[in-house]
Amino acid sequence: MKVLCCVSHVPDTTTRIQFTPDGAALDRTGVTFIINPYDDFVLARAAELKEKSPTTVQVTVLCVGKNGASSADSVDGNLRKALALGLDEAVRIDAEAKDAYYVARQIAAYAEGKNYDLIMFGKESIDYNGSQVPGMVAALLGLPFISYATSITIENGKAHLTREITGGKEVLECPLPLVLSAQKGLAEWRIPNVRGIMQAKTKPLHVLPPVEILPRVRTLKHEPPPPKGAFKKIELDQIDQLVEELANKGLI
Amino acid sequence: MSAIAVWAEVSEGRYKKPTLEALTLTRQWADSLGLPVWAVVIGKELPTDSQQVLGDYGADRLISILDPQLEPFVNSAYARALSELIQQKAIRYIVIPQSYNGRAVAPLVAIWADAALFSGIIGVPEKEGEGFKARRIAYSNKGFEWVYTAHLPLIVTLKANAIVPAKNSRTPEQESFSFSPKAEDLRLKPIRVEKIATDKVPLTEAEIVVSGGRGLKGPENWKIIEELAQVLGAATACSKPVADIGWRPHHEHVGQTGIQISPNLYVAIGISGAIQHLAGVASSKNILVINNDAEAPFFKVADYGIIGDAFEVVPRLTEAIRKYKAQHSH
Ligand SMILES: Cc1cc2nc3c(=O)[nH]c(=O)nc-3n(C[C@H](O)[C@H](O)[C@H](O)COP(=O)(O)OP(=O)(O)OC[C@H]3O[C@@H](n4cnc5c(N)ncnc54)[C@H](O)[C@@H]3O)c2cc1C
Ligand SMILES: Nc1ncnc2c1ncn2[C@@H]1O[C@H](COP(=O)(O)O)[C@@H](O)[C@H]1O
Repeated sequence: MKVLCCVSHVPDTTTRIQFTPDGAALDRTGVTFIINPYDDFVLARAAELKEKSPTTVQVTVLCVGKNGASSADSVDGNLRKALALGLDEAVRIDAEAKDAYYVARQIAAYAEGKNYDLIMFGKESIDYNGSQVPGMVAALLGLPFISYATSITIENGKAHLTREITGGKEVLECPLPLVLSAQKGLAEWRIPNVRGIMQAKTKPLHVLPPVEILPRVRTLKHEPPPPKGAFKKIELDQIDQLVEELANKGLI
Repeated sequence: MSAIAVWAEVSEGRYKKPTLEALTLTRQWADSLGLPVWAVVIGKELPTDSQQVLGDYGADRLISILDPQLEPFVNSAYARALSELIQQKAIRYIVIPQSYNGRAVAPLVAIWADAALFSGIIGVPEKEGEGFKARRIAYSNKGFEWVYTAHLPLIVTLKANAIVPAKNSRTPEQESFSFSPKAEDLRLKPIRVEKIATDKVPLTEAEIVVSGGRGLKGPENWKIIEELAQVLGAATACSKPVADIGWRPHHEHVGQTGIQISPNLYVAIGISGAIQHLAGVASSKNILVINNDAEAPFFKVADYGIIGDAFEVVPRLTEAIRKYKAQHSH
């Protein structure tokens, strides 16, 4: 079984986000970039599949991105971390991730004709929170798409899945090949061990040129959230007034 | 004739809040462009109140795409139906609610109808030069982004709770569009839905959310959270560690790695306000923080704060609300 895991390269969750003075871009100075946390679920699930059938499961990890100026902003570094979970090879499409459509076209162009049985994504990337790339890739490749998947097991070429929906979950079946995007639950996060890290150093990491595609959506500018003033401090004997105020504002 | 189309999603036989919000945004956008609104309903049958509800929220036309195979929902079949409609009627603007199913449908339509996609916008798209711009939340609530495109068709998905549903009544004409899904769009087979047994509103749709953290010390203490939620008609939520240690079910976990919400009122009780927690809740319109540590980071994003012991404050608050509601109910 051939598995493709797509990962994005995003600012660490604890980063204080700042934009360049004109608002056009993220200010990358001092920012540590990590693999998107939802993509870690995907890598962990792939590592489980690989562990169960080491000789028949082949896992490729792919990112569309350019290495930044510092070691804290290295796509290749993050791809090696992914490989350290026991996965087979990494691919970097050497292009700036311009918009979701551009990224999806790059991934689809790479995957086309390679007969992946399972293509996995995170449910969204924590930088632009778009939830667009996975579905676009599925549509481009003509494959079924399961969004917000919380589990997958595979038996005789057929996948049994669950997906998160409003107020519950849906149980589904689908023949392979398929594309999914992962929500929490798909697998437990894993931390690579020393052996994995050593082995990852010599695993193949292919850097490929992008195909020529025009992006469709661009960012005009970013804005920081409006500064919050000090909160209104409520003493214990003012709770009645608080309730009054919340009610007057139509909140309760 | 051109129009703006909106997918009026039917969920459990009804048009729920995300659809009413999408209709409202569509009406406003349509008025700014001088176009009519076409509400598109996809499924096995039309809910009986369709003409009434869709008309109330501004639809000029109701286009139904009905086929026995369109129940239960399968994203690729719905996306194919929308794509064929968009192409045959040369529709250039499409609005889709950013519900779970909306997210599963929109990117497929973007490819099949060869459209640009703005995901999770929070206001009406505005004309800008040759194209349109719209505002959305980025970096997990740590910033906003203005996106722009001059590519048409343009699909937008609307973030939940970003705008308030508003009526704009009219009587829609009715039309049916013929479509049957092909086998390749039905490869994914829904088997069953498992609802979380709860009488509460789903977290993502709730207008008020009462949430508890590790400060509550143990699962046996959740009664005060439940009682406050009950008088408020609120959904309940929790921080990640609380779900991880099993004090509360996983489906209540909000934040970066859990569910993202933006209710009108978020009440955070015994939660420190770590950045990963805020990533899921900071777009709430109003935040009330109850914490016994005046230095808790949550206070930095609070609108109202009570510095005190949850076990003392929460029952008092519940009682005050109960009293207020009793006095003001008719
Ligand atoms: C990659 C990653 C992803 C994460 N994702 C999430 C996520 O999605 N959601 C999430 O919530 N967390 C997430 N976390 C964890 C997050 O960093 C925090 O650890 C977590 O939110 C803390 O939970 P808490 O506030 O309940 O507990 P604590 O940090 O222990 O805070 C408890 C609070 O309760 C207060 N308190 C104590 N006693 C009382 C009392 N009697 N009355 C009133 N207040 C009291 C304390 O002052 C304190 O502020 C993530 C972490 C990582 C690394
Ligand atoms: N530049 C990228 N390279 C590879 N995969 C990506 C990239 N951007 C997004 N993805 C994948 O698509 C998922 C959803 O991202 P998004 O649509 O940007 O919210 C992520 O969790 C990744 O799995």
